[in-house]
Amino acid sequence: MIEFRDVTKRFDDGTTAVNGLNLVVEAGTITVFVGPSGCGKTTSLRMVNRMIDPTSGTVLVDGEDVLGVDPPTLRRGIGYVIQQAGLFPHRTVLDNVATVPLLTGWTRRKARQRAAELLELVGLPAELGRRYPVQLSGGQQQRVGVARALAADPPVLLMDEPFSAVDPVVREGLQDELLRLQAELDKTIVFVTHDIDEAIRIGEKVAVMRTGGVLAQYAPPAELLTRPADDFVAGFVGKDRGYRSLSFVDSSGVEVAEVATIAEGSAFESTSDWRLVVDADKRPQGWVAPDASVVPGGSLYEVGAPIRGALDSALSSPSGLGVVVDAEGRLAGVVTARQVLDVIESRRG
Amino acid sequence: MGDIAKYLSDAGTRAALLDMLLDHVYLSLVPLVVSVVLAIVLGLLCHRFRQFNATLIGLSNIVYTIPSLALFAIIPALIGTRVLDPLNVIIALTVYTTALLVRPVAEALAAVPAHVTAAATAMGFRPLRRFLTVELPLSVPVLAAGVRVGSVSNISLVSVGALIGTGGLGTLFTDGFRQRYLAPIIIGIVLTLVLALVVDLLLVLLRNRLTPWARVVKP
Repeated sequence: MIEFRDVTKRFDDGTTAVNGLNLVVEAGTITVFVGPSGCGKTTSLRMVNRMIDPTSGTVLVDGEDVLGVDPPTLRRGIGYVIQQAGLFPHRTVLDNVATVPLLTGWTRRKARQRAAELLELVGLPAELGRRYPVQLSGGQQQRVGVARALAADPPVLLMDEPFSAVDPVVREGLQDELLRLQAELDKTIVFVTHDIDEAIRIGEKVAVMRTGGVLAQYAPPAELLTRPADDFVAGFVGKDRGYRSLSFVDSSGVEVAEVATIAEGSAFESTSDWRLVVDADKRPQGWVAPDASVVPGGSLYEVGAPIRGALDSALSSPSGLGVVVDAEGRLAGVVTARQVLDVIESRRG
Repeated sequence: MGDIAKYLSDAGTRAALLDMLLDHVYLSLVPLVVSVVLAIVLGLLCHRFRQFNATLIGLSNIVYTIPSLALFAIIPALIGTRVLDPLNVIIALTVYTTALLVRPVAEALAAVPAHVTAAATAMGFRPLRRFLTVELPLSVPVLAAGVRVGSVSNISLVSVGALIGTGGLGTLFTDGFRQRYLAPIIIGIVLTLVLALVVDLLLVLLRNRLTPWARVVKP
């Protein structure tokens, strides 16, 4: 558990980076600090491992005031992942990952063995260990950065905009990877980002901070979207927050209907209805329009996923019918946007 | 050519040449080693305390403009060594080479990416360890370039020391000019050149040994 008690940080130039922060990061959760630049999110993060010391107030890690601990000793017990990974260019990937174990006095052999395990844990092939960071892609470097932070198995992990320097597709993969790792490792993670979508995607709790270092709202993501504390938070979470909040609504009550299908490759004639093309395993392949033309399908909705996916599936489908599939990707039925909206409406009552 | 063969045929001359060569190596390389250490310390000061930066870099530029012969002659007066003491040349060359290396060292340290040093700090490196195992190794390519220039410059400047009577291959030039005898001059030039090239080659090998990471092929 990490606790900020009345923490204020004023820099020598007179700017207040963090102003009276009171916040508790629960053990074993991912907590995201998010806000525009100058909101003090990185400063707050860096006060946990004493890269910066507060002007007043107390930061406690597991009940212990961090100011009472010698900084290098404190830092060896707290994993840190930095933007651009911050890997050592002159050390191999394996030795980069082995850094903290070596600092804490492990033998080289044992540290490298541990490093190899971690490369595997973050999904990197063992042979990458012999390469230098410059030979890796941005996404791979970030994975190495995460492996390095986890090497000494610290209970706390600080992540400072770790994925903001990679392209959106890779970023999403890294976010999934982090969630998978967290399910396995159960660390106390503080994650800093300026990207509200990222915060909502990975945070169990999100602290929205505003310029001047004031905490605007500290809540689970669903609550930020449905009950923003003020106009600043509402503006920051974005215009389509109503739609995005559906990511946190389950889909129970959405009934799927049957739909006419055509086996892939078989002949068909024009009718008055849209028909779904399915392959031999009943996996949807696209639609046949009433005029008998073949049209690509919209997004697929997997049974049990949040209701946002069901609505998106209906809205993106050329037939207006959202295609619902089971966990194996086989056709389960179709839904209309009207049905989904009715379920959402009925929940409000 | 006949002159050179005749000059070299004498065993005593050959032994004297070897002595001069070893003297030359000693007089040029000791300052190089000492100045690398000094330049790292001063470069670190420049890097850590920005107020030193302008002063030290300015001073090193001025030092480099002092004529070598003048410096060789002034040093005994400044530190009380004898006029013919080889220490004069060693000190003078150390001053030059340090002046030459301070700026590249400071620049190389400044060029270490901030996210790399921040990551090192955040992982729990203490300042000295961070300097020795992260910042210094990353400065080697730039430092090595400076050291190569310094080694060539030292090897040529040691010859000037012969004018005030400190050994080395420069003695061949002073003797040759005095006796109007070309053979020792040519031998002196060849040996100086070969020495400079060999030392440079060794420095390149050393640099490559220290920086395997700087020459990896990007995928």
